[in-house]
Amino acid sequence: MTDDLRAPLAFTFMGILLALVGFTQSWSVSLSIINLCLISSIMAIGVNLQWGYGGLFNAGVMGFTALGGLTAVLVSYDPVYEAWDKAGIGILISAIILILSITLILFAYRNISSPQFRNTSIILIIIAAIFGINNFYGPSIDIIESINPAKTGFLGGLGLPIVFSWVIAAFVAGLVAWVIGRLTLRLRSDYLAIATLGISEIVIAIVKHEDWLSRGVKNVSGLDRPVPYEIELQQSEWFINLVERINYGTLDSVQTISSRQDLLNDLIIVSSGVFVKLCYAGLFLSVLLLIFYLSHLALNSPWGRMLRAIRDNEEAASSMGKNIFAQHLQIFIIGSAIIGIAGAMLTTLDGQFTPGSYRPLRFTFIIWLMVIVGGSGNNLGSIFGGFFVWFIWIEAEPLSIGFMNLLASGFEYDNPIRMHLLGSAAHLRLFIMGLLLLLALRFMPRGVIPERIQKK
Amino acid sequence: MENFELINALVLISNFVLIPALSYGSQLALATLSLTIIYGVLRFSNFAQADWMSFGTMTTILFTWYLQSLGITGGILPTALIALPFAIIVTALFCLLIDRSVYSFYRKKKSPPIVLMIVSVGVMFILQAIVRFIIGPNDRKFFDGEKFIIHALDFKDYFGLSEGLTIKSTQLITLIVAIIAMVSLFYFLQRTKMGKSMRAYSNNEDLALLSGINPERVVLITWVIASALITTAGVLYGLDKSFKPFTYFNLLLPMFAAAIVGGIGSPIGAVIGGYVIAFSEITLTYAYKKFFIYLLPERLEPSGLMQVLSTDYKFAISFIILVIVLIVRPTGIVRGKII
Repeated sequence: MTDDLRAPLAFTFMGILLALVGFTQSWSVSLSIINLCLISSIMAIGVNLQWGYGGLFNAGVMGFTALGGLTAVLVSYDPVYEAWDKAGIGILISAIILILSITLILFAYRNISSPQFRNTSIILIIIAAIFGINNFYGPSIDIIESINPAKTGFLGGLGLPIVFSWVIAAFVAGLVAWVIGRLTLRLRSDYLAIATLGISEIVIAIVKHEDWLSRGVKNVSGLDRPVPYEIELQQSEWFINLVERINYGTLDSVQTISSRQDLLNDLIIVSSGVFVKLCYAGLFLSVLLLIFYLSHLALNSPWGRMLRAIRDNEEAASSMGKNIFAQHLQIFIIGSAIIGIAGAMLTTLDGQFTPGSYRPLRFTFIIWLMVIVGGSGNNLGSIFGGFFVWFIWIEAEPLSIGFMNLLASGFEYDNPIRMHLLGSAAHLRLFIMGLLLLLALRFMPRGVIPERIQKK
Repeated sequence: MENFELINALVLISNFVLIPALSYGSQLALATLSLTIIYGVLRFSNFAQADWMSFGTMTTILFTWYLQSLGITGGILPTALIALPFAIIVTALFCLLIDRSVYSFYRKKKSPPIVLMIVSVGVMFILQAIVRFIIGPNDRKFFDGEKFIIHALDFKDYFGLSEGLTIKSTQLITLIVAIIAMVSLFYFLQRTKMGKSMRAYSNNEDLALLSGINPERVVLITWVIASALITTAGVLYGLDKSFKPFTYFNLLLPMFAAAIVGGIGSPIGAVIGGYVIAFSEITLTYAYKKFFIYLLPERLEPSGLMQVLSTDYKFAISFIILVIVLIVRPTGIVRGKII
């Protein structure tokens, strides 16, 4: 099979799988899978830029996703004025002390030449900062968290439309990536992996425990939506007419007026859900296409060629005068920013921010699997990987339950082995994912849609 | 009681900071030794390390249950210590199986370390699935035997202090087992022929091959030793606290941090790194309020908890130390490998 045919075949195959779900389960299920597939594909493109084009191992995808989600909350949620009035000052002062002390530490680190004096002054600054921040921070968060804790209990956000947060999330994630990259990209490749693993755990710890920021594990729900609500659709004239026109044939075959009305009502409820999901899918698809197009342009430019040259042979690229560190930093920031966008989109789709749901397997390693299965070094491959792996991840659960039922069918109903088998069906999913990764690495290391080698 | 203030403060600190840090540090040191040996000899950062640890511990728990069902117990010692050697054998065999079926392919191809790292992520998934499949994701306690060596109440009565000192038997066992394991490991690496060939292979593969060292044997011994270390570390940690796959998975970051802080690839560095991480984690998250109440005159007594960081940010400490070391001395405390 030539490489040219692989992409169309792969996507046709994917389309058939999704259509199968649509026919056998329901179109609503199929569409929700597609929405998450689209978001996963964007994340996979972000990781692919870092790994496939830059050769960087980012083990902290989860952290950047969560940062995106946090940004979505902070941008879209209405500000809680009471909290700002009573304790906003304290939080602001703590933030100023934090920024000031970091600047001072950096200044001391760079400009004081005597190592002993430098280290003592840094330690003194840190101690002073901890005391200063504790003085303002603790009391303020107590006040904030005590204001209407059942509903708010946090500072709220800016009250802007949530779609803005997608752009801002890119900047936030990019900023964090810049800090991490500055620290670790000069060192060995493993250090980046371990540092990103660490920062992602810290981001999760912060969003879980800083209740004043995003309510922690109490979750923020009822976020702004960029698409209409189902209930509004069900009451609007044009939507009812639209559903009527589409289902003209089915409605006409019904005899009595009352049962026709019942059928119409059912259809409207089902279609409103589908319509909302279609709106999301349209939004996400346009973001995906935009990112895909921009990265396609960038990667086929001299800049992209330079990146690939650095990836394939650092020494040679370096001797040609390319600044490897700066390029690595650039691609790392861009990749992380894209992951941040996807994180904000995910929170938008969920309509809520649930820090407890961020698990490294789901948000870091699955994304890696997408890139590797799809074909590292090819964004089209990453999109396919995003679709395919997410599909497997979703469908693995019913499949493993079915498999376990088959295994357990030989036992008595209350046999302990049978109960154990059925109870642990969910873990089979991890096994399938691991096996998929190992098989892909072993037998298809270039992925389903491999990187195109350009010959001139 | 006035004069006892200082002693009370010291007892308090030993009870809540020094002794727990010493035992956690020993557990972490053993786990990091395993990570660093894999790194030194097989040349990749093993992401499956933490789940490998839960696999080893799970095997031990299963053997412990089996022994208990036979009526064999360790008396005042935990039964898990009797089960440990069997579990190490099973874990090592399983590791060799994974090595044959997965890692050896990439080793022969001389794949770059980062590919092996990604492969280890796949192995991590599979190990995690197996552990959760067999024993489930819940908390398990498998400690039996005598729980305390010194009980807080007895200590208070005996010395007439207002602070008690508790030494759990698991803490002493951890320390003793860890010292035995470390001493025998260093003896093995420094004095025996096999250990020397392992170090030679780690130092320069081609030269080692030229001197007639059998690479397959080195790899085999490495997996066996690393399995023994990681299983021991996991069992000691589980005896001291409890066994839960997700908690074990979260030990991955402290392990990596300890390895890098000490100097990755260097066994001495791993031990130092383990203790550094453990001590900083516990000293920085302990609330010193009571300590200062004992030491300071009444009007200077602190009002807050006197805690540098809340315990929710344990990860942050490993990470901050990691970052400081990366900035100040990227080679680690003991100069490790730099590739």
